[in-house]
Amino acid sequence: MKTMREVFADTVQEVMADDPRVAVVIAEISRDAFRPSPRVVNVGIREQLMVGVGSGLALTGMRPVVHSYAPFLVERPYEQIKLDFGHQDVGGVLVGIGGSYDDPAWGRTHQSPGDVALFDSMPGWRVQVPGHPDEVEPLVRAALAADDRRYLRLSLRRNTASFPVVEGFTAVRRGSGGVVVAVGPMLDPVLAATADLDVTVLYATTVRPFDGAGLRAAVAAARPDVLLVEPYLEGTSAHLASEALSDVPHRLRSLGVRRDAELRAYGTAEDHDAAHDLDALGIAAAARRLFTHPVAA
Amino acid sequence: MAVGEKTGFADIPALFDRMTGDEKHEWAAASTLHVLWVLYDRVLDVSPDRVDDPDRDRFLLSKGHGPMAYYAVLAAKGYLEPSLLDDWTSWDSPLGQHPDRVLVPGVEISSGSLGHGLPIAVGQAVGLRVQGRSARVFVLVGDAELDEGSNHEAIALAGRLGLDNLTVVVVDNESGTHGWPGGVAARFAVEGWETSTVDGRDQGALHEAFTAAHPGRPLVVVAKVVES
Repeated sequence: MKTMREVFADTVQEVMADDPRVAVVIAEISRDAFRPSPRVVNVGIREQLMVGVGSGLALTGMRPVVHSYAPFLVERPYEQIKLDFGHQDVGGVLVGIGGSYDDPAWGRTHQSPGDVALFDSMPGWRVQVPGHPDEVEPLVRAALAADDRRYLRLSLRRNTASFPVVEGFTAVRRGSGGVVVAVGPMLDPVLAATADLDVTVLYATTVRPFDGAGLRAAVAAARPDVLLVEPYLEGTSAHLASEALSDVPHRLRSLGVRRDAELRAYGTAEDHDAAHDLDALGIAAAARRLFTHPVAA
Repeated sequence: MAVGEKTGFADIPALFDRMTGDEKHEWAAASTLHVLWVLYDRVLDVSPDRVDDPDRDRFLLSKGHGPMAYYAVLAAKGYLEPSLLDDWTSWDSPLGQHPDRVLVPGVEISSGSLGHGLPIAVGQAVGLRVQGRSARVFVLVGDAELDEGSNHEAIALAGRLGLDNLTVVVVDNESGTHGWPGGVAARFAVEGWETSTVDGRDQGALHEAFTAAHPGRPLVVVAKVVES
């Protein structure tokens, strides 16, 4: 099976053949994934320029795809994203790879658990987190056909099965004892962790805009306890979940990459999952604490 | 003076003086006056009724600080109602101490944070080239602004790509603390740019530099403006 990155690159090149608006801007990373073309611009290892060039292309009416490893796409040129796309009010498709820690052997410099939180600080961005390579193609095609600002967060992590890409949350399981929101590749460990619990499991690929109405509907049909499981910084979507449930007494617990300290360790992605309680064991423990210990009346 | 009246360079100081409150950047603004006037009066293929024309030339004021001269020239050329200058930076005004492209038709980029205009201009030059358009891109930066590393990323790539539809104007008022060994132009020349250094108050020399042919290479015009 192809990786998310491979599906992304193949899809972009298919669309480019018919859509002269589409151009790709990269900074060395993935240079072998794209065939040479005047509309594929490799700027060298110059990420600030990469984003600026993407903005300039958009200002001439093109649909830029700006792509790199997530820390070099989002964190290093953050101001360029904020100003060259947001403040100029132009559209573009930013596509990151690496998830939060796809390759932890490379250390902290190649980890970007704060990427979605950074996009949260800028208005007008659609953020999508596929959980399976088969979900990438429809997301890319839709992104290239649009004019807005989008961030696609790709990863080597994947669920065993894909789901149709829809705008809001997809109810994968229905239950009455609470609601779990699983973002992208978190679905498999969430399903394993909650297999013996009577809870609703919602699956999310589009996290911005946040499907507050979907969460409200799920909470209305279950006990209003919500476990939010995100593959990036813990609690990134907590403010939106709280806002969606602002008039509903509820409990909210957030799981994600821990904020309290930098995890200074190598190993595997699975090692890091365990350290952040993002493996099935850790999620199951949090779920049991939340869903089997209801608030005393 | 109203939009549409014939204005000349002699009218610019009066327009400039209608904006008060940013004296800190007054010199920075004044040092761009001749460059801006020559570009809008004699070089750029632009007009207020073609601000969305995909074949228009682009002018990017990267050095957004001290935009009084820019606004004055835009007003003289019919992009702005001159009365807007009187209450610039007020709540209801579209004119801030840094220009905003969303608020002012004809302003190509919203600038202020330094080091953004040139990378964007490189993207525009690439975009126009791959679309087969003959429009040109001009971007104004300050000599101190060149300190920003993003500019050097752009200078290097533009040279490699041979973007001959791109012209950078460096208004060199010697405001950079550390300067550039061998002069500003040398930094561009080493990356394969065509270079020209002229008196930033000599409108004839500026015009000649802006319109010089530079096939296969981007052009930098260093406009030297030393405070008198």
